[in-house]
Amino acid sequence: MLQIDLWKRVVIWALCALGLLLALPNAFYTRVETANDATAAIETGASDPALREQAAMWPAFLPSGLVNLGLDLRGGAHLLAEVQVEDVYETRLQAMWPEVRDLLREERDRIGTIRLQPSEPDTLRVRLNQNPDQVQAAAEIVRGLARPVTSVTGAGASDIEVSTDGADVVVRLSEAERRATDERTVKQALEIVRRRIDEVGTREPTIQRQGSDRILIQVPGVGSAAELKEIIGTTAQLTFQPVVSRTSDKDASPGAGNEVLPSLDTPGQYYILERAPVVSGEALVDAQPSFDQNGQPAVNFRFNTSGARKFGDYTAENIGNPFAIVLDDEVISAPVIQSHIPGGSGIITGDFTVEESTQLAVLLRAGALPAELIFLEERTIGPELGADSIEAGKIACIVAFIAVLVFMVLSYGTFGLFANAALLLNVGLIFGLLSLIGATLTLPGIAGIVLTIGMAVDANVLVFERIREEARTAKGPSRAIELGYEKALSAILDANITTFITAVILFAMGSGPVRGFAITLGLGILTSVFTAIFVTRLIMVIWFERRRPKKLEV
Amino acid sequence: MRLKLVPQNTNWDFFARPTLTLGISGVLMVLALISFLLQGLNFGIDFRGGTTIRTESAETIDIAEYRDAVGSLGLGDISISEVFDPTFGPDQNVAMVRIQAQEGQEAVTAEVVAEVEAALREAVPDIRFLSVESVGPKVSGELIQTAVIAVLLAISAVLVYIWLRFEWQFALGAVAALVHDVVLTIGVFSELQIQFDLAIIAALLTIVGYSLNDTVVVFDRVRENLRKYKKKPLKDVMNISINETLSRTVMTSVTTLIALVSLIVLGGDVIRGFVFAMLWGVIVGTYSSVFVASAILLKLGVKRDWSKPDANAGNQFANVDA
Repeated sequence: MLQIDLWKRVVIWALCALGLLLALPNAFYTRVETANDATAAIETGASDPALREQAAMWPAFLPSGLVNLGLDLRGGAHLLAEVQVEDVYETRLQAMWPEVRDLLREERDRIGTIRLQPSEPDTLRVRLNQNPDQVQAAAEIVRGLARPVTSVTGAGASDIEVSTDGADVVVRLSEAERRATDERTVKQALEIVRRRIDEVGTREPTIQRQGSDRILIQVPGVGSAAELKEIIGTTAQLTFQPVVSRTSDKDASPGAGNEVLPSLDTPGQYYILERAPVVSGEALVDAQPSFDQNGQPAVNFRFNTSGARKFGDYTAENIGNPFAIVLDDEVISAPVIQSHIPGGSGIITGDFTVEESTQLAVLLRAGALPAELIFLEERTIGPELGADSIEAGKIACIVAFIAVLVFMVLSYGTFGLFANAALLLNVGLIFGLLSLIGATLTLPGIAGIVLTIGMAVDANVLVFERIREEARTAKGPSRAIELGYEKALSAILDANITTFITAVILFAMGSGPVRGFAITLGLGILTSVFTAIFVTRLIMVIWFERRRPKKLEV
Repeated sequence: MRLKLVPQNTNWDFFARPTLTLGISGVLMVLALISFLLQGLNFGIDFRGGTTIRTESAETIDIAEYRDAVGSLGLGDISISEVFDPTFGPDQNVAMVRIQAQEGQEAVTAEVVAEVEAALREAVPDIRFLSVESVGPKVSGELIQTAVIAVLLAISAVLVYIWLRFEWQFALGAVAALVHDVVLTIGVFSELQIQFDLAIIAALLTIVGYSLNDTVVVFDRVRENLRKYKKKPLKDVMNISINETLSRTVMTSVTTLIALVSLIVLGGDVIRGFVFAMLWGVIVGTYSSVFVASAILLKLGVKRDWSKPDANAGNQFANVDA
């Protein structure tokens, strides 16, 4: 009776020791954090003696995983952005126009002259001016531009749908292509956001995709959501476009294939530009803040080979003509081409401050967002509020802990002490697991731990009450303990499984703080069941073997 | 001398007036629903969209002054409330400023927040903005939907689990108790107009979990006793079971309440609503596992013809060894 094999004892103690070891770094939070940062810096190549000293603050053989603190505890900025995936359709179709134009011009004898019609953003509409009866033939020619969709799900479909409407050929992106484009756009946006945030160099940002077209960005530490938005919300689409003319009328009719854009610095000044750019920002390989010959802040840039060739050819052919440097639909400047610019580097001048030129360089280096981001949710939590919350949570935990410990001893005596040992171990194990899986502790998460403190004793209470009952009717103390565990087991498991189900649902459906709560609650259930049915039992068996009490004092 | 919250061998009749207790629960639920329909919940920005700004200053807060400062900005309904908390120091005067979601805007505008901050700073020079949170109406709509789905999903998952592990009558009783607890909690939040935000949904689900925990422990004992006392009337078996588990029920409730009370007093105002929901839920959940779940089980009756004599035969966990 009441026996536990030696190997089981070893496994149970080993698991406890492992859990506590994993939890250990959290007891020295700031020290371990500094050491981790220093180690990471050394790994990336830094070799400062001060860094080495910091890295040595925490021995390398000990685990160094820490519980991440959520934004509500550490402070920081949180943004939920939606990628406007439809933006890309328009760009795609616009980019097709020169191709369509050239193709149809070759067949001019048959289909006559053509003209681009204004249309909804997601369609390209070309009118046959002279031979409307040839519209089917023209559509057939345009269909020749279709390419297969490059995605797993859209295999076999082509990327455009060409139809006719009176004398118009109408080009649209196919459904499969739209889906594939959406997917690419969001992935690209995610990558660009990540690069921009890395460029700024904040520590431990969270950048996650949520759902089909959303991006969640969390940056701990100081700073506000508004500042963060300035870095990631700017599209930073840089283009070099030929200038048709200048105007002061923003409603001027630009003509087919052209557009009217405002000047960035001079209000009331507008430019009529050809819509198709000579080179765009994708061709940039580098951008650095610098100063122009007048000492004004400016940005130096360099194109890749193909961009450099296009830029070189264009400048060679258009000496004496102005071209516009356009950033997010605003003309930064429109210099006149003085000479052929080979080599593919140049400088953007404008009315910049030093900060602006630095930020522009960062944005250009990281690349343009493929589509606009709109922000659905933004939260800034000041670090002091977080610190206050941690402090309050800590105190509440300690008080709850002591009160429960005292209450348990008063109610169950020696057995209460066993339950308390299990309870302490329990909290240690929760922290160990949280560090192990790199989970994030939030304020509701702390509430989850406190709740677990209250509920963790439940499993033990179930057992103790059962032992009490069995001790009344039973057959000697060891039998009572054994029966107590046996009979309480189904209640413990059923009760905890049902609570665990709700924790899982919370985790799956919730976000942010709620998810933090679900994690601590779920882990708390696992550890409390473990400690109740293995650890307290083991403690009790050891106690029983030593004392051999004739009568149970439960 | 041991502390005993419940005398050792109780023999209380919990079902002397089943119609009365069920009736009281029913009436309370109807009242909760009426309150919910008449005043609705005081939704936080998570569910309604808008912006909340938490401010702190060393000066005492004059709400009228704050209101004057931001009232002229034409931002619609603005609510300002002072926050009190025992953990605040004497120089900590905290207020919450809530701005409704602006008409026709899907996203949040930084300009609005900046305007409000500037206006407040002019009125109270040493003001600091501890947190600024904005949620667009698009997300808030989805959050409500997700929250409702989460609660329904949790309840149905539990229904299925109990049905598998017990009998359908048990499952119905347990779920009735859950609905009871959730409805009463929503009723309290609507009656007291406590802010209802995303964290409260988490609390609701925890209440579901806790109440269930309690109900399952009672049911587990009922199941066991039904096999033990084959001839006794169901009412007696249930009374025996509840009396036997009573001391555990009270112990667990009290330890959980101890933890929650320390949180509500010392845990800061940010999570007070959340803790309040759980505190209320623990009390209601403990009550409902006896007076709703078990009472309904009693009304529904249960199959008594257990062909398997072994008490643990139907329990796949019975052989789990430690």
